[in-house]
Amino acid sequence: MIVQALAFYLFAGILVVSALMVITARNPVHSVLFLILGFFNSAGLFVLLGAEFVAMIMVIVYVGAVAVLFLFVVMMLDISFADLRKGAMQYVPVGLLIAIVLLVELGMVYGSWVISPEAMERVAAQASAEIGNTESIGRVIYTQFFLPFQIAGLILFVAMIGAIVLTHRTRPGVRKQSVAEQHRRKVEDAMEIRKVTSGTGGF
Amino acid sequence: MLDFNLIPLIPEIFMAIIAMGLLIVGVFNGNDSTRVVSWAAAAGLGIAALLLMGLDWQQTFVMSGMFTFDKFAGLLKLMILLGLIISIALSVRFIKQEGMERFEYPILILFAGLGMMIMVSANNFLTLYMGLELQSLSLYVLAAFYRNSRKSAEAGIKYFLLGALSSGLLLFGISLIYGFSGTLDYSMLGNALDGMESIPVGITFGMVFILAGLAFKISAAPFHMWTPDVYEGAPSSVTAFFAMVPKLAAIGLLMRLLFVPFDAATEQWIQIIYFLSLLSMIVGAFAALVQTDIKRLLAYGSIANIGYALIGLVAATPEGAGSVVLYMFIYMIATAGVFAILISMRRGGRAFTKIEDLAGLSKTAPAMAYAMLILMFSMAGIPPMAGFFGKLLVFNAAVDQGYYILATVGVVTSVVAAFYYLKIVKVMFFDEAADAFDGGIPLARRIILFVSVLFAVAFIFKPAVFVENSVNAASALFTE
Repeated sequence: MIVQALAFYLFAGILVVSALMVITARNPVHSVLFLILGFFNSAGLFVLLGAEFVAMIMVIVYVGAVAVLFLFVVMMLDISFADLRKGAMQYVPVGLLIAIVLLVELGMVYGSWVISPEAMERVAAQASAEIGNTESIGRVIYTQFFLPFQIAGLILFVAMIGAIVLTHRTRPGVRKQSVAEQHRRKVEDAMEIRKVTSGTGGF
Repeated sequence: MLDFNLIPLIPEIFMAIIAMGLLIVGVFNGNDSTRVVSWAAAAGLGIAALLLMGLDWQQTFVMSGMFTFDKFAGLLKLMILLGLIISIALSVRFIKQEGMERFEYPILILFAGLGMMIMVSANNFLTLYMGLELQSLSLYVLAAFYRNSRKSAEAGIKYFLLGALSSGLLLFGISLIYGFSGTLDYSMLGNALDGMESIPVGITFGMVFILAGLAFKISAAPFHMWTPDVYEGAPSSVTAFFAMVPKLAAIGLLMRLLFVPFDAATEQWIQIIYFLSLLSMIVGAFAALVQTDIKRLLAYGSIANIGYALIGLVAATPEGAGSVVLYMFIYMIATAGVFAILISMRRGGRAFTKIEDLAGLSKTAPAMAYAMLILMFSMAGIPPMAGFFGKLLVFNAAVDQGYYILATVGVVTSVVAAFYYLKIVKVMFFDEAADAFDGGIPLARRIILFVSVLFAVAFIFKPAVFVENSVNAASALFTE
């Protein structure tokens, strides 16, 4: 038990610190690296909760794809983040005010939270002690949640079409490899054999 | 529990297959096949409508209660399919003229339509969210479809960012609902709330977030900021699509949500909808007064119209709900006609969208001017046009339930709105004639304009058919 508590405070502490560093670091590359650290630590928190599937997804999707993409964008595009941040400070008082109001309201809501035994009977997918949560997700995803799962597939499909529509341009003058063309090429097409007479330089 | 009954889903499955099949056709034949793909998509939507009519319209729940089909969903889906067909028919020539002829255009409309169909049939917050995202994602891409225009890109980005924000609010609300009730299913949530003596504050809080998220999607004030910019920046044919169909689906989704799971929380949500309705009517009517661009004007007009439609929701009766459905339908048909004219406003191969470009249209193109006159009268709610009956029914439903202030504000803002609709008429008939527009309006556009005008004029002869059908359909939501 004590190990678990220690691990929680370790992960949670590093998560909070790295989250703060993400928004305060001057160098955008450092920000992204801290973001990755944050993702790893939140994955650790999920493992502690017994949700190993979500933890793995967290690492694969957020660290493997999203954060690396961020890193590419930050390194490849020459964006001056200092300029972007200029003037952001003037919104801090208003932002803080709204945040505090929201925090108080949410505090009131969560303060009234009672978990009723009936609610636990209604939960969409029951967790059980015998099977792990990866296996339970596997059991419901093609049965109970078949429809939303398939629609999620369609959404990704639309995202793919959208990305192609918005970025793909047919550019003229692009040199492409054409395997058939290369195979059809004969010696005669590319080479010419000439008799070289001495003293003319070959021409 | 595991009922793998796919029959009520047949129209949706058919649409998905058609969309993917046509995508393959487009990929193999390139952008030259856009015309063929577009008309094939429209035909596919027609077949989907026939399949829909062949279904049993009794209330059924399938896929572990995730999906429901009843008279309400059936009627709304028919309207949505009609709107989609009109949108495609309006855009075929337009996207060619504007040089953005790409075969993905009708495909994206099909996928957006599929999302809308799922939205009105959603019986679970998961299905709701999935349908909504499928629709929204297609719409974001469509808004930015004209890549050579900065404004189109701006519209796409703006729509995407605010749409993502509203999805965030919606999801946060859904997570609160799940946390406090332990279920995502509409029916189970409804039963759970019925059993409680008072609605827990967490549920109310979650509901407020969900309503805020959905208010973004239907562009009800104060969540309307994106509408004018997106309407103005997006290509006109896309604006026509935005103005006609997505709101119909979002209103359908909102109605099912409010009347089925949140039935027990009626007292709570009425206050919110009341406020949204009041503000939308006022903002829509007064902000439209100063607009010079017809697309922006119609954007504010659509905000005001959402306000009127929400009046019918506040009444919370089958009659009120039915009047909302009918109101949205009348508005959709009138919008189709207005956009058929708007996207025909071209001089020397360039599109124009300013109000002053219409000057003296009665002399250069009298038929077009008179059609616009009738549509503007209908939108302003002047009897005996269809728009008048739409407003009358909605106000009537509100007065029956004792919401006099709301109905009064509705009437006053209609008068204000009449000013700017009539201003267009004045410009067309009494101003110095500008250069004539290019002729050669395609047949599809002429048919849409004709049907739209005919509907506006002839509605008075058979209003009972439409009223009865929509009230009958809406009453499916009120069976306990």
